[in-house]
Amino acid sequence: MSKVYLALQDNEESHYIVEAIEDDNPDATVIYQPAMIRIENEGHLVIRRETVEDKMGRDWEVQALHVNLITLGGNVDETDDELSLTWNA
Amino acid sequence: MSTRKLNLKDKYRLLTRDLDWEPSYRDYKEIYPQEEFEGIKITDWSKWEDPFRLTMDSYWKYQAEKEKKLYAIFDAFAQNNGQQNVTDARYVNAIKLFLTGVSPLEYQAHTGFAQVGRQFGGVGARVACQMQSLDELRHVQTQIHAMSHYNKHFDGLQDFHHMHDRVWYLSVPKSFFDDARSAGPFEYAIAIGFAFEYVLTNLLFVPFMSGAAYNGDMATVTFGFSAQSDEARHMTLGLEVIKFLLEQHPDNVPIVQRWINKWFWRGTRMLTLVAMMMDYMLPNRVMSWREAFEVYFEEAGGALFKDLARYGIEMPAYAQTAILEKDHVSHQAWSIFYNYTHAAAFHTWMPEEREMDWLSEKYPDTFDKYYRPRFEHWREMERAGERFYNPTLPMLCQTCQIPMGFTEMSDPTLTSYRQSEYQGERFHFCSDGCKDIFDYEPEKYVQSWLPVHQIYQGNCGGAAMEDVLGEYYRINLGVDNMEFHGSPDEERWNQWHNLQSAQEKLKKAS
Repeated sequence: MSKVYLALQDNEESHYIVEAIEDDNPDATVIYQPAMIRIENEGHLVIRRETVEDKMGRDWEVQALHVNLITLGGNVDETDDELSLTWNA
Repeated sequence: MSTRKLNLKDKYRLLTRDLDWEPSYRDYKEIYPQEEFEGIKITDWSKWEDPFRLTMDSYWKYQAEKEKKLYAIFDAFAQNNGQQNVTDARYVNAIKLFLTGVSPLEYQAHTGFAQVGRQFGGVGARVACQMQSLDELRHVQTQIHAMSHYNKHFDGLQDFHHMHDRVWYLSVPKSFFDDARSAGPFEYAIAIGFAFEYVLTNLLFVPFMSGAAYNGDMATVTFGFSAQSDEARHMTLGLEVIKFLLEQHPDNVPIVQRWINKWFWRGTRMLTLVAMMMDYMLPNRVMSWREAFEVYFEEAGGALFKDLARYGIEMPAYAQTAILEKDHVSHQAWSIFYNYTHAAAFHTWMPEEREMDWLSEKYPDTFDKYYRPRFEHWREMERAGERFYNPTLPMLCQTCQIPMGFTEMSDPTLTSYRQSEYQGERFHFCSDGCKDIFDYEPEKYVQSWLPVHQIYQGNCGGAAMEDVLGEYYRINLGVDNMEFHGSPDEERWNQWHNLQSAQEKLKKAS
């Protein structure tokens, strides 16, 4: 299985998103690089609105991810409740 | 009247399906005249799906938020004399190359997507092109704004657009986009959506920008990451275009494979510039070009091609050559620019001892064996007051337009050289990849505007070097060009930081 990945700007808001990703994807690897945070996982990663809202303590739309997103790799599927990244092979 | 809030899927469907209409008094082919000539077969445009399901209301909302964050940082950078806080003045030369070489491509992408979007019969594709076109305009504007601050304090940034259209090394990125924009709409979408976004900008805007942050350049890292957040969307669309075409008709598979081969190779060649920016122009280094290439091409690209294998798509031809070349291209490119820095709008230099050691460590199989001895020799020449400049003009590859400085991967001491004959004339290439591209469409590439040929034909301002470089390119001679040590940039930097230049030290000692 190949790795999907996501990179976020290293800032306060992203820290909550990363915490949520770690909760929802316990096998994911989080790598801190200058000014950015890279999260990778075998085959699949999911970012759930509810978990992020829980961490932030306020409403959060999945599309707001774009404000802090740097790059990603994998097939994307986005709904009102989550954004997922997958590779089929 | 109900004010029910629509969900993402419904909003996207209404925007990309409901706003479209069937033409009644004009023929479809009259309206979309470019949809068929490339051989691509579309059976059902409604299968086009944007995975982000972005609609205009959220597009404006989140783009505005990105801009506000970005400009707050530009202001802070300028107000706090951020230009003085980068690691050292050599770093700014990467920014000069960025502004003259890359930012005009963003503008080309903006007009390119506006033109191409018009040619697609599917409304989903048209909307995607429209947003990408707007994104690209934002990128060029924010980059010019960010770098305009450097223009107040450093040389070589004043005439970037004029230079982009004329200067020899800038014909490399310029011709890449000219090639894509003079192709058909589907080839353009694959060239830019896949090769440029998926392979290239990821390497330029992620590890290089992380490097910019590590060198104290707050403005650049911020526009870089802000632009790349749009690129994440573009990459996803690039992948969707490929999947859509492959699913529409089996006849599309070999056409798409050929475009992937071609544009992967063109992208690889253009990345040579980024390779040298990472290995030689960042005084504080985050990762080597080799490491970045492994993460963002071998790993990420490898995963992508494994995913596409179910359609019958294979790794790009010559991917193996590119993988071998990751140990060489940055050193070869830096050598070329060191040779010709009198004809460039930025400065070059030989790495300091600790930088050479870093290169030896990161490139254990190649740096000491092939490149370090040459660089030490050049450093000795400079110390003896005979800094090396190459007085001749280089031979260029007819396809990628890079000087013939790449070598054979079977013997890295041999220059890689290929040729083809077309209508009684001989054409020269740096690689099998570039030769293949020419051989498939020779009637296109015989028209290449090769800077060296143009200079020799007298089309670039005159016969003297000063006419070409000063008048035609508008390089401020003795200011923008030549060795970094002894440049006005270095002198100003030393004044800001109360440092002595090597020359001054020497003068005082004697």
